[in-house]
Amino acid sequence: MSDALLVSTRKGLFTVARKAHAWEIAAVDFLGDNVTLSLVDRRDGRRYAALDHGHFGVKLHRSTANGWEEIPTPVYPPKPEGYEEYDLWGRPLNWSTARIWALAAGGADEPGTIWCGTLPGGLFRSRDHGQSWDMVSALWEHPRRKEWMGGGADLPGIHSICVDPRDARRVWVAVSTGGIWFTADGGTTWTLRGNGMRAEYAPPERTHDPISQDVHCLVQCAGAPHRMWVQHHNGIFVSSDEARTFTEIADVEPSTFGFAVAVHPRDPDTAWFVPEIKDEKRIPDGGRLVVTRTRDGGKSFDVLREGLPQSHAYDVVYRHALALDDAGERLAFGSTTGGLWVSEDQGDRWACVTHTLPPVYAVRFA
Amino acid sequence: MARVVFTPNVQRHVACPEALAPGRNVREVLDNVFAANPQARSYVLDDQSGLRKHMTIFVDGRMIRDRARLADPVAENSTIYVFQALSGG
Repeated sequence: MSDALLVSTRKGLFTVARKAHAWEIAAVDFLGDNVTLSLVDRRDGRRYAALDHGHFGVKLHRSTANGWEEIPTPVYPPKPEGYEEYDLWGRPLNWSTARIWALAAGGADEPGTIWCGTLPGGLFRSRDHGQSWDMVSALWEHPRRKEWMGGGADLPGIHSICVDPRDARRVWVAVSTGGIWFTADGGTTWTLRGNGMRAEYAPPERTHDPISQDVHCLVQCAGAPHRMWVQHHNGIFVSSDEARTFTEIADVEPSTFGFAVAVHPRDPDTAWFVPEIKDEKRIPDGGRLVVTRTRDGGKSFDVLREGLPQSHAYDVVYRHALALDDAGERLAFGSTTGGLWVSEDQGDRWACVTHTLPPVYAVRFA
Repeated sequence: MARVVFTPNVQRHVACPEALAPGRNVREVLDNVFAANPQARSYVLDDQSGLRKHMTIFVDGRMIRDRARLADPVAENSTIYVFQALSGG
């Protein structure tokens, strides 16, 4: 089980460690800076941190023996001469990394390979631990990419990357908004998946179109990779055929709306969510912060609240801010209002580490 | 040679010392500066080599107009200030 967390916040990267009696903040890196995401590469122990300096742009850092070093940030290719495309407001779309929204390690048989999803929708791959990046041009140049729209931000973006543990050439990415895209050949060709998801906010003829889907988060069960779970703008969906088709899980109390989802690494039927009331009211129902958990593939859910604030809690948990350790026992999540909670028993009981962090964007077990 | 001065705020992230560089316009001058200091480039320019959204440049006290091509002219003894735009909050 993991004894440390990396917590990416608006004002720094916090390392939280398990001590004798509690989890405590053990270190702070990049204090004062906006850390939007981190990755711990279990193949070699390297850590990566994505920063957004606002004025000065998005940057990537990689851990060293003594600290951190800045490494290149994925760069979009030059726009072809005379070519232009436009955003939803009719403004020219800048082909430039506006946010790093996904970081994922490649397969066990490809050390150094890192995938990076960005706004406005570019997918990049490094084969040298982030020292250089190549855009996955087949996806960027796919004619239907221009149908992607902003979801979590003004611009579309790739926020979830799942690398098949059986074959690292097989990769799924999820786009907000733009559905789920799959490659079986390491990124050379891409197909749209996700039949069965439903976007009730879309016009009727587009409601079930896989490209209209605002997937908030996509996760894959490592031990049973056919099983994928989606926290969608419209609810919870589960697939048992590698995201080809999904079944909607409805009637979950208190809500099926949220951003984050985690799936147990060996039990594909066990997954966790952090619900908010609904899309136009993004706060915990009744001011009571809860985690929902299914152990039977979505047929039933436990509402887990022990140790979580049950009065006037307005915490929102972003899509990368719920984490599960490799053992499938410890969970942690951080909130927009600076709360951080850890559970050591799959969510039955929670302990508050602190409620005074800066807004939390991402939580990862180290 | 134009004189190029960078905001002190960027120095925390990457060293951008004041520099003297030749060039007939902002693009040429900055290209020369960043040739000697490549890491600083991405702090000022975006992936398409345009000026970052929340950055601004003044040449001899006037804000440049061409943020994409950086074609605003620069004189032999111009001073170029590179710093944050208030649009960034």
